[in-house]
Amino acid sequence: MSLFALRQPKELYESQKLAIWYFVVAVALFGAQIIFGLLLAYQYIDPNFLYQKLSFMTNRTLHLNAMIVWLLVGMMGGVYWFLPIETGREVVGIKLAKFIWWVIVAGVSAVILVYLLVQVGPGNAFTLWFINEGREYVEAPRWADFAIVAWVAIFLFNVIATTLAARRITGILGVLIFDLVALGALYTAGMHYTVNVTMDQYLWWWVVHLWVEATWEVLVGVVMGWSLMYLLGTPRKLIETWLFLEVALVFGTGILGLGHHYFWIGTPEYWIGLGGFFSALEPLPLVAMVVHAVYDAGAHRLNTVNRPAFFWAVTQAFGNFIGAGVWGFMQTLPQINMYSHGTQLAAAHGHFAFFGAYVGTVLTLVYIAVQNLGKRIQIPLNSRLWTWAYGLLVFGIIGIVASFTISGFAQTMIERAELGSTWNAFIQSYTHPWYANTHWWRFWMGMLFLLGYVLLVWDLLTIGRRRAAVEGAHD
Amino acid sequence: MDYSWIQIAVAAVFLTVVVTLVLSRGYGWFSVTFWRNAAVVSSLVMLFVLLWLTFDTTEKVRPGEGQVPPWTVINYQVGLEWNAAKRRQVPAVGEKTGFFGKVYGSEEAYALINKGKMTLQSRNCMECHQILGNGAYFAPDLTRAWLDPWWEERVMSMVGAASHEEAMKTWLQHPDKYPQGRRRMPNLHFTDEEAVALVAFLKWMSAIDTNGFPPRFGVVK
Repeated sequence: MSLFALRQPKELYESQKLAIWYFVVAVALFGAQIIFGLLLAYQYIDPNFLYQKLSFMTNRTLHLNAMIVWLLVGMMGGVYWFLPIETGREVVGIKLAKFIWWVIVAGVSAVILVYLLVQVGPGNAFTLWFINEGREYVEAPRWADFAIVAWVAIFLFNVIATTLAARRITGILGVLIFDLVALGALYTAGMHYTVNVTMDQYLWWWVVHLWVEATWEVLVGVVMGWSLMYLLGTPRKLIETWLFLEVALVFGTGILGLGHHYFWIGTPEYWIGLGGFFSALEPLPLVAMVVHAVYDAGAHRLNTVNRPAFFWAVTQAFGNFIGAGVWGFMQTLPQINMYSHGTQLAAAHGHFAFFGAYVGTVLTLVYIAVQNLGKRIQIPLNSRLWTWAYGLLVFGIIGIVASFTISGFAQTMIERAELGSTWNAFIQSYTHPWYANTHWWRFWMGMLFLLGYVLLVWDLLTIGRRRAAVEGAHD
Repeated sequence: MDYSWIQIAVAAVFLTVVVTLVLSRGYGWFSVTFWRNAAVVSSLVMLFVLLWLTFDTTEKVRPGEGQVPPWTVINYQVGLEWNAAKRRQVPAVGEKTGFFGKVYGSEEAYALINKGKMTLQSRNCMECHQILGNGAYFAPDLTRAWLDPWWEERVMSMVGAASHEEAMKTWLQHPDKYPQGRRRMPNLHFTDEEAVALVAFLKWMSAIDTNGFPPRFGVVK
């Protein structure tokens, strides 16, 4: 067992108890995301399904928002889990952290209810403040934006104050603080209204791109670093060197890689070259992560204290590289992007990248936490069920991505290259068999994914328990 | 700003590498110190370049300054023309036609487009459509919606409208009555004021020079 894992006391820290709540809510919202995703998949098959009652736009808002919240919550839970182990003490300001957590849970519930029941409002500022901001990914009404900023600020305070109280800063903590300052500050770039749609989207991407393609990736580096130290006993020096390398490459390529969102929004032409160049380099840190994962896994001959967490960690490295790196690179050069932008191909990339980069990360963290709950301490943690959950989730997402990719190719060719990008061209593309045939396929792959999720939840509730009970009988 | 993207990219990478190497003298290329320096330097250099480009871009995207049209463009005929040098379409502004039979002053046009943008956001358009290529992929891209030949070829007679803008307004207020294709837009209950404002916003947006996106718009029937 690794030295880092041995630092875990028998009794959980308060911060770790809070982390459990983070994971519970994260996994629940993961379920909500899948349900709304299946509704969307069915509406592709039958556009009249729930028409004008729960329209595509409402389901998509919930599908996206559930995803953003559960992944962020899961990664923050990971920080609350590992922070006391890293610093060797309880988190400072834990009462405040618990308070803001329940405020956020109440806030998220309120936002979901408004999305579902009110859906849209009149074209004025009231709607943007209290119903829906109407900007993809940051749909949350403005009041909720302030709650989110307060939440990240308290989280940042917890991390900084705990680090100061421990009187010891590690490389991982340094990167975490640096990253959280950027993450919190960037969110405020999306909290404004402007008529000029070009300027609106320019700053909107500061939140969307610089979160998921920069600050979130670094946050993944931090929690995966801790996870590898726990799972494999990887030496700190190695972890920190790789983490700094990751930060250098992620920020070095990702900050100006932002330019790949500025090709077609009315911004100057220099962004075409800059965005193409830097975003083409964005897969570099992801390649580095794969190298690191393969090296580490091989060096330990796959020996770990926690099989499911370890497999999700390795899947994360490969999934991030293939989903974010390869599928992203496929359409990031402006010469290709001009035709593929805004087609189903973008959805293929989105699904693969979020699954690879973030779902794998959060599930690694959740399985690590589960291993330390009550009577479930089993080394190595293993079960037959998790392999089924894992297999179905990975197979399901590959099927979903394949269907989006094929319909994306068809749409790119028919709508953009052949028929001239008009309304009619759009209809011609989505009614073409090459596109339409993927609808059913996508839906059933989604059903398999849902089955994988059900098994995952079942496994999380039971893993380690049965064997502990058997051992108890022998005592 | 008179620098090409290659000059900017080379300068940013060069500066990052040189400053990292200078700060890391005496440390091996695989030491923690080397990569810590690289991480801090690359983040700061790239952030600095981004801020500098943001000031430049902000100046250039003011309506009427560069690729973004002035608010009053809604009073004119708007179209696309082929630019042989750039090998792509660019927006072309033609004669003054008015908008819904009226010529808007600069302030009035701004207020109308502002209302249109608010309406666009309040009805969550982006969760089915794309705006400048961004959004969901269930409904058509709206970047050039105003210029779509479909309005005159099909919708005008279908809704019984006398003009292009009237056809858009009427259709937007009753999309459930006039389905186009298999996927139907829900009725989002636009008021008369909101519908006119939304059409104004779409007309203004169609005159933004988007570096040629979406490609070959309307070239093939």
